[in-house]
Amino acid sequence: MRPAPFEYFAPRTVEDALDLLARHGGDAKLLAGGQSLVPMMNMRLVRPGVIVDLNRVPALGDVSEEPGRLRLGALVRQHTLERDARIAAAVPLLAEAAPLIGHLQTRARGTVGGSLVHADPAAELPACMIALDAIFRLRSARAERACRAQDFFRGLLATALDPDELLAEIEVPGAPAPRTGHGFAEVARRHGDFALAGACAVLGLDASGVCRHARLVIFGVGDGPHLARATAGLVGERPSAARLAEVGRAGAGEIDARGDLHATAEYRRRVAAGLAARALGGAAARAEAA
Amino acid sequence: MTPRPGSTAHDIAVIVNGAERRARVIPRMLLADVLREEWGLTGTHLGCEHGACGACTVLVDGEPTRSCLVFAVQADGCRVDTVEGLAGDGPGLHPLQEAFRARHALQCGFCTPGILMTLVAYLRLHPAPSETEIREALSGNLCRCTGYQHIVQAALDAAAAGRAAAASA
Repeated sequence: MRPAPFEYFAPRTVEDALDLLARHGGDAKLLAGGQSLVPMMNMRLVRPGVIVDLNRVPALGDVSEEPGRLRLGALVRQHTLERDARIAAAVPLLAEAAPLIGHLQTRARGTVGGSLVHADPAAELPACMIALDAIFRLRSARAERACRAQDFFRGLLATALDPDELLAEIEVPGAPAPRTGHGFAEVARRHGDFALAGACAVLGLDASGVCRHARLVIFGVGDGPHLARATAGLVGERPSAARLAEVGRAGAGEIDARGDLHATAEYRRRVAAGLAARALGGAAARAEAA
Repeated sequence: MTPRPGSTAHDIAVIVNGAERRARVIPRMLLADVLREEWGLTGTHLGCEHGACGACTVLVDGEPTRSCLVFAVQADGCRVDTVEGLAGDGPGLHPLQEAFRARHALQCGFCTPGILMTLVAYLRLHPAPSETEIREALSGNLCRCTGYQHIVQAALDAAAAGRAAAASA
């Protein structure tokens, strides 16, 4: 299996990459880590006429910290999330999820931005970014805009990105506020496989243990990551384990679940309910301790 | 005549196992293909050709990488290490290869180069792994003969040997 022929460009700056995208439009594909795109090209599920390789644009690989936020260039490798102490300190949810993304070899090459724009419904990073309320910086030769993670994902492998746009940077709030915690849980057949279902949560408490805010995202179940509406009821309550289990069930119940040869829709929903409760429980326990 | 799209050739220079190699490649040529077809390094095996089996794992700038998911043109200016370079110039095997032989950690050998390259990179960063960690590190490499038991044992042996060597150095 080899890809169909394509022309190859390796720009050195974001501006040059955007010019190439503007020139070639829908016929061009951006190549980041290539861990999803190249298999699809090898199997000829996609046949871009032009590949714009971002791997020689150093600015896209930066990690930088500012008060209250962490900036990740779209080309930051997934294994950097496991290895960079600044990321672990500022956004521990990402460090916890990272080892579950694919395998050693795919994380070495695969990028944060690539996973986000590919928008696989079972992917960890889109769900984490929604739970964290991250902001995506989208650039084209025409304009630059910001998009909240929760508005970026539009269903199966679909995003808000226009054909001439590039996801340049991800802005994640951090370090965690006091009395805020995160939780993450997923089920996969083998380590590194696509998750059959997963959930992540970020939850904040006030000094007396009352929930101030809670975000729960369930992934691998429907057509894309799902930000649960059911957590709205938690705000103002003191979250008990039974209540978190109820919210987890309600959140999973909001999703139009997919069934396939790996798991039925009903299985996915049931497992997701449990995982959601676990993610919320983990987040609440960390918030209590923080 | 305008050239056929995708036929533009690119000249690349790659440091392969410490020595520079050059080739002229069209963009869709995979790194695995240039290693095998242009440079005769057939130790890198291609199994699934879509990033699922891990047989084609090589090191690109020291990181374990599936060479079926990288285009040769992308490796221009990089350092690539393949199984042929593991033992160096000496007559013996690399300690990890020795451990594989001692533990019978291969049968048909098809997956072995990819597993060796994955483990070389992993053990460099994690000199004292547990059995579970070894299994997780190898989750991206499929072996259809051994059932993995002997591979994991060999990796644990090699890690122990590496620690002993470091302690006595």
